[in-house]
Amino acid sequence: MSNYIKLIVLGLVVVFTAIGSNYARDLAYQVHSILVMLIAGGLFIWTLRNTDEPDILVDRSGEYMDGVIRYGVIATAFWGVVGFLAGTFIAFQLAFPVLNFDWAQGYLNFGRLRPLHTSAVIFAFGGNALIATSFYVVQRTSAARLWGGNLAWFVFWGYQLFIVLAATGYVLGGTQSKEYAEPEWYVDLWLTIVWVAYLAVFLGTIVKRKEPHIYVANWFYLAFIVTVAMLHLVNNMTLPVSIWGSKSVIVWSGVQDAMIQWWYGHNAVGFFLTAGFLGMMYYFIPKQAERPVFSYKLSIIHFWALIFLYIWAGPHHLHYTALPDWASTLGMVFSIILWMPSWGGMINGLMTLSGAWDKLRTDPVIRMMVISVGFYGMSTFEGPMMSIRAVNSLSHYTDWTIGHVHSGALGWNGMITFGALYFLVPVLWKRERLYSLQMVSWHFWLATIGIVLYAASMWVTGIMEGLMWREVDANGFLVNSFADTVAAKFPMYVVRALGGVMFVAGSLIMCYNLWMTVRKAPAKEASLTVAVPAE
Amino acid sequence: MEEYTLLRQFADSWMLLALFVFFVGIVVWVFRPGASKEYKDTANIPFRHQDKPAESEEARK
Repeated sequence: MSNYIKLIVLGLVVVFTAIGSNYARDLAYQVHSILVMLIAGGLFIWTLRNTDEPDILVDRSGEYMDGVIRYGVIATAFWGVVGFLAGTFIAFQLAFPVLNFDWAQGYLNFGRLRPLHTSAVIFAFGGNALIATSFYVVQRTSAARLWGGNLAWFVFWGYQLFIVLAATGYVLGGTQSKEYAEPEWYVDLWLTIVWVAYLAVFLGTIVKRKEPHIYVANWFYLAFIVTVAMLHLVNNMTLPVSIWGSKSVIVWSGVQDAMIQWWYGHNAVGFFLTAGFLGMMYYFIPKQAERPVFSYKLSIIHFWALIFLYIWAGPHHLHYTALPDWASTLGMVFSIILWMPSWGGMINGLMTLSGAWDKLRTDPVIRMMVISVGFYGMSTFEGPMMSIRAVNSLSHYTDWTIGHVHSGALGWNGMITFGALYFLVPVLWKRERLYSLQMVSWHFWLATIGIVLYAASMWVTGIMEGLMWREVDANGFLVNSFADTVAAKFPMYVVRALGGVMFVAGSLIMCYNLWMTVRKAPAKEASLTVAVPAE
Repeated sequence: MEEYTLLRQFADSWMLLALFVFFVGIVVWVFRPGASKEYKDTANIPFRHQDKPAESEEARK
């Protein structure tokens, strides 16, 4: 029966997108129509061929649903490399403008590739990592199989479709020009559907949990899912100009629009890149260190303090703008108070190793997780400092911001994700161990030195640029033109791009290592898993 | 009263108080007697049920 409904829906989608392909008002919409038409058509045929076949029901309630997590792990590694490569390429474009090729103007120049890079690393790499690890963690800590059957597969593939639509849209010019919320209205609608399904799977699993308590990692994941849904809906309130075109108009205007954008933007950092990844930290660090979290009480206070404070920090992006001073002061004050929960969480993660610090010498995976928490502490120190109005007057619009973002994204989000991948692959593919720990060490050092080069060069160039912009001579005239600052930044841009190359090289080593773990590492003996007592 | 002023007044007074009390309440609740013992068990959740879901209610222990 459900197959008939699927066939009707898929058939309607094919007809609609076929009309859309014909009437499309712009290239992005046309390409997306054709793409969705082909996918929906393929699914239609596939569903049709399986309709009225006898259902073979296998009871899988006695095992975890790990297939979708395996796919998620592969997608995370794949999109990670794509995103890092795009970032490294645009870093070289900034240093050497000739790389904005004439033949690709309007498609592959910096302005088109920059959102592709940010979305690829944040939403494709980070998002897949969050979905895969949250599915893993919620099953293990609830002692229950994922709720909703194949809905988890819909979440995975639906999310990949969202990524492809977003990325191809940017290159073809389909963007609403809101930072980190660039996808146009129909892509936003699709993501909303996928996200509701994600929430349903996650919450459904928590509801049917066998453990009496909800482990703290799940609280963080849940805060991430719910808050991102709210942010996404409010920041993407748009009216499409035509149902056959990608252009839409936002319903907010003026400073309200700016405030909503940065309320969204900063909480994308706070809930996507912080709360969700803290969920990872609270599960994978205890697992890898083989000891429970340092203080469970602290983790509860950490959770509530973090979500109560983060939501107010957005206005610090709008110092010295049309936003009223009281609002930007409010954002600044809350950003500074955020120091406390951030560092509380960092201490909780680091101190989990107390009594097991020797593991840092022997286990490069835990080293990776620890340095990620270290970078978390560093960037959550730097962020509040930069939100202070006086500091912001120097740092805003300069490369210092870019350096700050990358020490957080590469250091904290990247490293904790790499750690989780190194943990997950042997478990999910039932291998005894990783293929090579030495390669993990190589990855660790390449990535760490790459981030240090990146962050240090951006501090230098950012502060230099900020000082050059505000320099005035004895008569009160500005000393430097904008082009002067661009010329002065060249050496630092080259260093930054080289840092990126090292980071990419590390991630490629990781991919090879994980691939070989699946192919070559000794399989975990089946008898061992069976012999585990039921506690 | 104008809508903005009304909402603003509410946000600055009762809502602020409610959020603050809620937060302080959590901190107090975390340190309630007997919490340490319970949290010790909760903190060990990641070390149970690694390979397959709990089968029945008694599998919980």
